[in-house]
Amino acid sequence: MDSFFIITSLLKILGILFVVILPMVSYAVYAERRVSAFIQDRLGPNRVGPAGLFQPIADMFKLLLKEDFTPRSANAFYYWLAPCLAVMPAIITIAVVPFGSTLFGVPMVIADVNVGILFVFAIASLGVYGIVIGGWASNSKYPFLGGIRSSAQMLSYELSLGLAVIPVFLVVGNLRLTSVVRYQIEHGWFIAPFVGDWMNPWKWLLAIPMIISFLVFMIAIFAETNRLPFDLPEAEQELAGGYNIEYSSMKFALYFLGEYAAMITGSAVIVTLFLGGWHLPGIPDGSHGWIFGLINIAVFFAKVAALIFIFMWVRWTLPRFRYDQLMRLGWLFFFEIALVNIFLVAAILLYTSRL
Amino acid sequence: MAVTVPRPRLNWRERLYLPAIVAGLAITFKHFKNMLLGRTKVTMQYPEQKWDSSLPDHYRGAPALVRDEDGRVRCVACQLCEFICPPRAIKIIPGEIPSADRFAKVEKFPEAFDIDMIRCIFCGMCEEVCPEQAIFLRKDYAITGFTRADMVHHREKLLEIGGVMHGVVLKWNEKK
Repeated sequence: MDSFFIITSLLKILGILFVVILPMVSYAVYAERRVSAFIQDRLGPNRVGPAGLFQPIADMFKLLLKEDFTPRSANAFYYWLAPCLAVMPAIITIAVVPFGSTLFGVPMVIADVNVGILFVFAIASLGVYGIVIGGWASNSKYPFLGGIRSSAQMLSYELSLGLAVIPVFLVVGNLRLTSVVRYQIEHGWFIAPFVGDWMNPWKWLLAIPMIISFLVFMIAIFAETNRLPFDLPEAEQELAGGYNIEYSSMKFALYFLGEYAAMITGSAVIVTLFLGGWHLPGIPDGSHGWIFGLINIAVFFAKVAALIFIFMWVRWTLPRFRYDQLMRLGWLFFFEIALVNIFLVAAILLYTSRL
Repeated sequence: MAVTVPRPRLNWRERLYLPAIVAGLAITFKHFKNMLLGRTKVTMQYPEQKWDSSLPDHYRGAPALVRDEDGRVRCVACQLCEFICPPRAIKIIPGEIPSADRFAKVEKFPEAFDIDMIRCIFCGMCEEVCPEQAIFLRKDYAITGFTRADMVHHREKLLEIGGVMHGVVLKWNEKK
């Protein structure tokens, strides 16, 4: 535990939080509004600054200046705790995700722990407590219903989320996320193995269950981050906003921050697991010069941004599932598909290892 | 009596649900792309672009008083518009024209002519009822103010909006 490690870790934490995650969250809100507008043949916010680019700053000031109201019947302690609980896990999760190769010899991952994906699941599923506690502490009907829905939804989709990634770790043989990226650099991205011995037909056969895994994982992440078509906890039309009705001002903004931060970290995990992390064919890693290190980071966040666009695109296309459809989809389809997928990958691996 | 609505039988492709999702995503992406490339026609960007040039001739904007070719305020303060005005937005205080004036035969002129633009509904009845062709609805539509008092158009403001009206009946010129 030398001082160099502590200083670089602090720099990475501050950099990733204040230079990447928070601006990305606020601009994800802006992007969401613009993308939704474009999809609906509107223009969206385009007044504040060039093309409306300063809109998030204006929004922030608006939210900071609003009255921070606590309902009299709410349980004040949990009412204040819940929004923090909604944001915290989403931001902590990014700690184990490798967002770049190396920069000046420093690995671009905040904590390269050997239980990487377990850490992601353990922390990311805490995010539901923010919603459940918020819904309960508000002491109001709709938030309560939203909280109940959120916990039920989380239970149903956490399972397929966990099962969907098992094929990846069957192949890699390691839970460390950096070694997942390392494997994909050597053998090609899991859903498109164009690198290395890409003529090998077994790798393409393996890509089929990997694509299924990717889809199941991505859909489970949709549900995990309460995005449409699974945004039942906040369902504006049924619950008038769900768990966040009683919240105002910055506490309301924290819920939004949490949702978008969860979206960004979810995309980051998907990129790491299935889309090759910071790797782009033809670009060497950071040991060949700091400029490549920067390019690797840029590639990673470009992939994350592309996935966020897909999140938005899906949100503004699909209608919300009914509650029973959601449960049926989670328990009767995704769970089974993920389970069968594990056996499929295991069989392929067993067969190829005999060759 | 309850009627059982027969549900359509879905084939396996419809039950799979995925083709519908892909089709939907394709449609939304098409809209997104067209918007991004500027092919979609969107609404007018109001403060920068205005529709003034394409306003029709019969457009009913702010009511205004007009002068004739001699520069006389055409209004004779008969107060018909004040009486007809449905929201009672007009208030007129008549004054007498001194006998030395060229148009002394007209006898009256509006000493004060106020239109409360908060109340005005742009119905055009004042224009229709006016026997002197003195009040017209012009094409001004962006009428703003910071206070209620700002929103009352006084005589000078009305004359400024109205300007000079050519080609109207000039009956007082013959009765000099």
